[in-house]
Amino acid sequence: MGKLRTITRRTFLVGSVAVVGGVAFGAYLAKRAIPNPLLDELGDGEAALTPFIKITANGITLITPRADKGQGAYSLQAYLLAEELDIDPATATLSPGLPGPAYYNRVILGEGTPFPGYDESTLAETVRGFMSIPAKLMQIQITGGSSTTPDMFERMRMAGAVARETLKEAAAQKHGLSRSELNTDNGHVVLPNGDKLAYTSLAAEAAKLDPISAVELRDPDQWRYLGKPEMQRLDMLAKCTGTEVYGIDKKIDGMLHASVCANPGIGGELLNYDADAAKKLPGVEHIVPVKHGVGVIATNTWYAFKALKALNCEWGPGPYPENSDAIWEQLSEAVDNPDMLDHRQRDDGDVDASLNDNNVITASYRVPYLAHAPMEPMNAIVLVEDNSVTIWTGTQIPLFIRNRAADISGIDAENVLVHVQPMGGSFGHRLEMTHVEQAVELAMSVKGTPIKMTWSREEDMTHDYPRPAAITQARGVVNNGQVETFDLSVGQSSMSSSWFKRLAGMGVPGPDATITTGSWDQPFTIPNYRVSGYRAPDMVPVSSWRSVGASGNGFFHDCFLDELIHAAGADPLEERIRLCSHDTSRKVLEGVAELCNWNGSDIGENKGRGIAFCMSFGVPAAEVIDVSVIDSRIKIDRAFIVADVGTVLDPINIEAQLFGGLIFGLSHAINSELTYENYAPKQNNYHAYEGMRLYQTPDIQVKVLENGEKIRGIGEPGLPPAAPALGNAIFAATGKRIRELPFNKHIQFV
Amino acid sequence: MKLVVNDSEYDVDVEPDMPLLWVLRDELSITGPKYGCGIAQCGACTVMVNGFAVRSCQLAVGDLNGAVTTIEGMGSPESMHVVQQAWVDHQVAQCGYCQSGQIVQAAALLAINPNPSDEQIDGVMSGNLCRCGTYPRIRAAIKTAAKRLRES
Repeated sequence: MGKLRTITRRTFLVGSVAVVGGVAFGAYLAKRAIPNPLLDELGDGEAALTPFIKITANGITLITPRADKGQGAYSLQAYLLAEELDIDPATATLSPGLPGPAYYNRVILGEGTPFPGYDESTLAETVRGFMSIPAKLMQIQITGGSSTTPDMFERMRMAGAVARETLKEAAAQKHGLSRSELNTDNGHVVLPNGDKLAYTSLAAEAAKLDPISAVELRDPDQWRYLGKPEMQRLDMLAKCTGTEVYGIDKKIDGMLHASVCANPGIGGELLNYDADAAKKLPGVEHIVPVKHGVGVIATNTWYAFKALKALNCEWGPGPYPENSDAIWEQLSEAVDNPDMLDHRQRDDGDVDASLNDNNVITASYRVPYLAHAPMEPMNAIVLVEDNSVTIWTGTQIPLFIRNRAADISGIDAENVLVHVQPMGGSFGHRLEMTHVEQAVELAMSVKGTPIKMTWSREEDMTHDYPRPAAITQARGVVNNGQVETFDLSVGQSSMSSSWFKRLAGMGVPGPDATITTGSWDQPFTIPNYRVSGYRAPDMVPVSSWRSVGASGNGFFHDCFLDELIHAAGADPLEERIRLCSHDTSRKVLEGVAELCNWNGSDIGENKGRGIAFCMSFGVPAAEVIDVSVIDSRIKIDRAFIVADVGTVLDPINIEAQLFGGLIFGLSHAINSELTYENYAPKQNNYHAYEGMRLYQTPDIQVKVLENGEKIRGIGEPGLPPAAPALGNAIFAATGKRIRELPFNKHIQFV
Repeated sequence: MKLVVNDSEYDVDVEPDMPLLWVLRDELSITGPKYGCGIAQCGACTVMVNGFAVRSCQLAVGDLNGAVTTIEGMGSPESMHVVQQAWVDHQVAQCGYCQSGQIVQAAALLAINPNPSDEQIDGVMSGNLCRCGTYPRIRAAIKTAAKRLRES
């Protein structure tokens, strides 16, 4: 286990004054100090640490800066701290803290480096490591990319260990003992005579000490919580009793309610609206223009919704093609167009020669735009005062929000406070901030009054910044019962560029790896193997959606591989295992075979079994789905999931994330898409974007392996194999190969 | 306008066409029932009126005729309803936003049918959308709660 190396007074501060007789602990491994947001009230700009633990005479606060959108990140972070601190995290207060550069994400940009997840070579690791520097400089406190666990696994345990040892040192000095004579037990330092001193009683003394920097992390076999089923979610009680206060539930004294409608053609102008009619309606206080739209401030959200409808807004055209047909045409034109080649990170063997010399199997796949559509519509409370802005909202990008609110309001960023709230889902939606920008605009018009702005579901789905649509051309060759050539060309607009333009005002230079993430980086060895990304023009503004590039590429890559394997006459599982060149991934394939008792894709009349594999975020995941055909309709009977996360920290939550990812993948695979007409998506509520319901949910078995070298996050990797496993199962059952999502455009489901 | 919610009486001054959901949330600060869709497609706003599960986004407060029970009225963190306890035991919630509605709907089902078949569970619960995909554990928790209710 690692040791904390050069922690100095400068990089590790014990902030006794700041926390009123308490002590704040953190660990920060970098040369240059970053200000600590917790200690801002000190006005001490030189104070620096990464504060994760605050102890006062009244209690212990665990700071969990990564956002919890439902994936269990708050609990995980609290347990990482508590494990080394030696407390029961249920007895501590959890707080996301105030956003600060100290909480930058060291891991997330590393996912964009040109190395597949299975490449753990020195070069790949070095380049990934370098990406923590721009993350720090750009103040990227982002939750996403399944990065919380790998980012925080050592960092937060270190903070816990430093705090524990410093508290022991405080007790040792107080009682004239040596620290090595002392132990800890559940929030107490234990003296040799058995006397117990509560951490809270030692806070003031600990605050005067230089922190104990040379600490060792406990061996996993000593873990009390991590890896154990006792590691239950700390937010479960609140969420099952209606007492969790999500952003949409938050109340600030004197608050008014509001809602906004903006041009459904995102970025288009508001031409005209009828404020007079809306003003006369009950509860309406103010009508306020905002960028590309208009808002209503009212005494109740419902009154605001009603008044928005009465505005009869007239919209200008959106700044992209008017409808789906025109969009598909542009995507089609990009694929295999040499002028639009964005990157080709996989080019093994001689694909062109093989395609020239053999019978070529061709196919074209496509996936639609998809809304994130989390259950909680986007909302934000904003209070603008003369020299400050205070924001309460559920977000994955609190620092971007702070800085944007400063830009809009003209108030210094240091006087903008962002209080991150519990979140009713995200799936990537909360990597955007349009709703917060609008709420700031509204609040500026009524300074001193907090404004809670809530999007209607229709506004939310219309302004969702969807997962990009994508289209492919695939070519392959099989010989002697084996896959010999695999050539995939993927065309889509750049998600990264679109997103960064909104976040930072500029696109991303260079290639956008997300166009082929999930297809170029798969752990297979095929003699002739090529994956090319073609970049279509920017069209509908698009964003990250759970599993990002792998959400479409997992489908393209695995279904076309399945086509080739069937054409070769090989067994779908055995041929994948034969092609697999990565030991951990092979064991995942073998694991799912064992879990489902694999004996081929034919499992009886009017039934079919499909297997799919995708490595994403460094996690190899294999899924098997069994379907039945009932009156020409597909019923999904069973699903099996095996994934390898390296080290399992929260087994009960991991299982939930894996089957949740599968269900999210199947939801969209069976019936969900956004199609465009007059610049706007036609689907604006759940009646037209239904997802999976309980009656459609298969029995699901999950098994998690720990063969991988590195610890991995699991919020996303369960998703990519879901759609291809279902597509492959439908093929096995019906002989029909469906190459377009959602599948219900071509076959009905029970 | 008077209404009874979780055994407390309230007097609100709102338009009669305001959905009960928005009376609860914005007038009474009872925020367990959630706004998800506004068109009875997701079930996040489910409450009980006279013991029956109702989509509170579709019930105009002027048409309300009976006592309202929300998730907060079923039990508290210190003293949970048997359905809430089953939800915790099965670690059902992920984001948790839909779970108020899921739990109220499940409790309403078990109140009239303490031994529902799989088909009955599927039928009644399929109006409640969960985007996180907690369905397998919802099924399991309902069965556990039903068993405990029968045994008690």
